[in-house]
Amino acid sequence: MTSSLYLFTGFALFGIGLAATIMVGHWVRKILALNVMGSGVFLVMIALGYRGPGLAADPVLQALVLTGIVVSVCTTALGLWLVTRLRDSADEGSSA
Amino acid sequence: MDATLIIHTLDLLLALGLVVLAWSLLASRDLFRAVVQFIVFGLLLALVWGRLNAPDVALTEAAIGAGLTGALLLTALSRLGSDGGDAACRYTLRELASTPQVLAVVLLALAVAGWVAFVALGTSPGAGLYHSVHERLSHSGVSHPVTAVLLNFRAYDTLLEVAVLAAAVIGVWSLGRMPLITPLHPPGEVLRLLITLLIPLAVLVAGYLLWAGGHGPGGAFQGGAVLAAAGVLWVLAGGRRISHRHEWQTRVMLILGPEVFCLVAMGMVAFGRHVLEYGSARAGAWILLIEGAALLSIGAILTSLFSGGGPIIDLPKWRVRGYRQRP
Repeated sequence: MTSSLYLFTGFALFGIGLAATIMVGHWVRKILALNVMGSGVFLVMIALGYRGPGLAADPVLQALVLTGIVVSVCTTALGLWLVTRLRDSADEGSSA
Repeated sequence: MDATLIIHTLDLLLALGLVVLAWSLLASRDLFRAVVQFIVFGLLLALVWGRLNAPDVALTEAAIGAGLTGALLLTALSRLGSDGGDAACRYTLRELASTPQVLAVVLLALAVAGWVAFVALGTSPGAGLYHSVHERLSHSGVSHPVTAVLLNFRAYDTLLEVAVLAAAVIGVWSLGRMPLITPLHPPGEVLRLLITLLIPLAVLVAGYLLWAGGHGPGGAFQGGAVLAAAGVLWVLAGGRRISHRHEWQTRVMLILGPEVFCLVAMGMVAFGRHVLEYGSARAGAWILLIEGAALLSIGAILTSLFSGGGPIIDLPKWRVRGYRQRP
């Protein structure tokens, strides 16, 4: 029950994130949407690794998700700096 | 009331909270509000990891997913302005979906389809590689299965990941000079006191997490995240200036993790083993060496990603909006 519930939640989060990533044009919102999508994937993975109360989740999936979280913060940072650069290029273009 | 019933109710509330927050943060018109909701989303997610008995993921999520990503987003908003630097593009999920109900139904159908597909494919929860890991745990050099997977069984993945982190910093630096984060005011008494207390404490906790990773939840990534939190605090208090003067030290810190990891990986060939095959006798020591270097690098990399800009001091004819230019 627990695993199924979170598995389902993971799919729902992935769906919401995917829809927003494609549909929303705003840069920062796209980055937020990507993060929500990623969280959905992580949730599916950890829900699959759930082994019941009192037992640690599957270590392979935990390691994969851990790696994923660290990589996703890096892509978020790079994305946000890219947006900053884009904005400033746009400003320079319009003032020139 | 029955204990299982309470737990199931809490599960349901957590799951519902996640979906509602995800929707409302992507549908919210106010970007600042969306970011705050995203931070709460991360904290709820950390609770879920704890609930699903994944303490390593919970530690990382609380420090990185909610903490660091939140700090990144908030400073980005202060750089970009409340419209997120994209005034022409106001659309949120709510405004785009002319009939949000239809979108919600489609999403729900997708989620059900995905869930059914997984069940139909027979990927029953709990099958996994758990037993294979436990059979070989005694040869890995550590007694905590997650660390064994990260630094031994799948060390190749982790090596590449550390390289990806370093590449992200190079990417940010290659964007040219960025408005550096400099405090508008010199740090006040409270901030000064907090920093003198919190930064040494964070370093201690990071070191402890590194050591604890050998036999329990913890490790280089969790410790590195705590170290990065200290770094971010330091940058916010104007410590960036000091790091500039020691520019090459910053660079060495950034590259130390990937470097040591590569050297150990290749060094094993000299002992007549395969790449990254530590051998059971000294495996623990090699893992600790790699993790120590990775800890420093992850802390430095995440701090650099936060402060951006690259280690170049001379600033700008460049327009720096909202930030005081350095003399």
